[in-house]
Amino acid sequence: MSPLLQGVLTILIGVGGCVGYFYASNLFLDKVLYPASGPNIGRNINRANRIRPWLFLMPAVLALGLYLVYPVVGSFYRSLFNRAGDEFIWFGNYTSMFGDAEFREAFVNNLLWVLVVPAMSTFLGLLVAQLTDRLSWGNIAKSLIFMPMAISFVGASLIWKMVYSNNPDIGLINAIIVFFGGEPVDIMLIPFWNNFFLMVILIWIQTGFAMVILSGALRGIPEETIEAAIIDGAGPVQIFFKIKVPQIVGTIMVVWTTITILVLKVFDIVYTMTSGNFGTQILPSYMMSYMFRDDGRATAVAFVIMLVVLPVMIWNIVQARKEMR
Amino acid sequence: MDNNAGTKSSLGWAVNISVVVLVLLWLIPTVGLLVSSFRDRDQISASGWWQAPFSVDLTFRGRASTSGMEQQNGLYVIEGNIFADAEVADRFPDGEGTVIAFGTRGAAPSQYTAGETVELRRGGTLTVNTDGSFRAENAEEFSGQGPRIYILAETPPDLTLNNYATVLTGKNELERKNAIEQGQTFRQLLFADEGLFINFVNTFTVTIPATIIPILIAAFAAYALAWMEFPGRGLLIAAVVGLLVVPLQLALVPLLNLHNQVGIGQSFVGIWLAHTGFGLPLAIYLLRNYMVGLPRDIIESAKVDGATDFQVFMKIVLPLSFPALASFAIFQFLWTWNDLLVAKVFLPSSAETKVMTVKIADDLLGSRGGDWDILATAAFVSIAVPLIVFFTMQRYLVRGLLAGSVK
Repeated sequence: MSPLLQGVLTILIGVGGCVGYFYASNLFLDKVLYPASGPNIGRNINRANRIRPWLFLMPAVLALGLYLVYPVVGSFYRSLFNRAGDEFIWFGNYTSMFGDAEFREAFVNNLLWVLVVPAMSTFLGLLVAQLTDRLSWGNIAKSLIFMPMAISFVGASLIWKMVYSNNPDIGLINAIIVFFGGEPVDIMLIPFWNNFFLMVILIWIQTGFAMVILSGALRGIPEETIEAAIIDGAGPVQIFFKIKVPQIVGTIMVVWTTITILVLKVFDIVYTMTSGNFGTQILPSYMMSYMFRDDGRATAVAFVIMLVVLPVMIWNIVQARKEMR
Repeated sequence: MDNNAGTKSSLGWAVNISVVVLVLLWLIPTVGLLVSSFRDRDQISASGWWQAPFSVDLTFRGRASTSGMEQQNGLYVIEGNIFADAEVADRFPDGEGTVIAFGTRGAAPSQYTAGETVELRRGGTLTVNTDGSFRAENAEEFSGQGPRIYILAETPPDLTLNNYATVLTGKNELERKNAIEQGQTFRQLLFADEGLFINFVNTFTVTIPATIIPILIAAFAAYALAWMEFPGRGLLIAAVVGLLVVPLQLALVPLLNLHNQVGIGQSFVGIWLAHTGFGLPLAIYLLRNYMVGLPRDIIESAKVDGATDFQVFMKIVLPLSFPALASFAIFQFLWTWNDLLVAKVFLPSSAETKVMTVKIADDLLGSRGGDWDILATAAFVSIAVPLIVFFTMQRYLVRGLLAGSVK
């Protein structure tokens, strides 16, 4: 069977099964279990309505439970066992991990990523949002800066691998260096700073995201506040920092935390560019290097990432509960 | 409103220029990849992509063939034009070109400037002019096939789709030509599972169900969380918000083990389920936020008229929620299409089930690390579809982002 046909067939089965469940389960509830007819019609409708939310929710709750709640527990449990998974070693994986120089390097690098990438993306996003706000061609500019959002991390890494290439006939940066009479350098081999060159890729992708949200927030600022500031003689820079930014601090925080969480997930860039060599290791790609080899160590790393994310998670839930009626 | 009341027009210029610079900075890397994917391999290694519209100096190898040998005034003479030589001609279809330098040895192909008359190693002299005409003279007969001529010539820019054919079929130009001479069609080559085409199909196979299934599941759940009264609703909403940030890494080991235990193993079914689970929190969150904002009157009057929740959902809420559904669909599509991590873990690592991202990151970058014609083209094949989706559906994407995070 041709792969295309096979693909289409499997798509039909998967999607059809899903539609079938909702349709059939509601039909069963309304026609067979508690039919809206006969002597008990009122009671039947009430009962059916008490069950229906759970019919609607069941697939979602099952999927969330299985794919996101269970793994938190499952990973932690697995991380207490040795490599083969047959011996309970308490926190042995954690202690040996903290003793590993590569893990410490990954942890420190990850800290750098978490500090630099969200800050730079949010800053640049805010800058572009403000600059393009009154521009006649602002939407085109925004659209082009937003574009990397559609590009995969692998694709983006290739794009930048080309820019960073040490061959001055391929890499733009080395071409510029050579043009000004310098010697070509291998950018991915520059100790310490190569981390920042990798971060550039993620900043390049995420600035558009920050820009879209912040530009929405800037548009939402009540115009009276700005008018009042102009009348009081404030310049554009003052208006931006003293009137606009304080009013969108909440949104800036949302953007910041969203990108922070993303940073802790992305292993693709480091994996494609350096495979974690040359002192560029980060936690997600450190974990991938143990995946399929030592599940105990891999789950321990994953759990460390979870612990780092935990404060953000709690903050999100608190915020959401505040907003709910 | 104009808040630049007191500003001078110079600031307006500064803004315009800085935005132009930023946009160029953002665009140039991608343009480089795109341009390179259309360039010939020799041209890529000879000059940067920013020089693609200009000609490139490349070396070629031809021969002063003894078949054209004549006797003039007691000398053996071969005359001709190097650009008409069969080994050179395919890059100069109109038989014209500009010779910058030439040589008689492969080790020094551009030893002499055009127009010079130089000694041949096996006796005699050779002259190659700028227009490609050459004249070799010798007192004795030229032996063998005739002396080799190496030239350095300006090659016109050559943009081709050749790289795409090579990447998609996994066969280079010569191999394709041979296969087609043996009676295979290009379509058969595509489906022969050797090139990136099979991975392209796999990416679609993963992406489409992994986009549609979570939307269906999440839409029902979001409706229940927005418009149905039941105990535990607030708790569930909080849980969804919390699960938004659970790192994916946590799920890999336990779920792969689970999949192996229940017999799904590493398969397409497994990766659909995984993507569905990972995409659900965002889907439910976005859709619920949107559905809560729908007018209460419409839904209540439908219920008064005797519609069940199922009917209200199917006939009223679902059509009205189209913008939110579209924006989540784009997110999920981009996310699953671009994903490397989930595909690496939940799909088998055999060549015929790999998706494009895995194929590029694991195979092409490893074995073809320096072949920028292959890499650039493969990368562009993998980002073309998301880019099309992005530029046609951007409106919904922006709306979805704003609905999700601006309060």
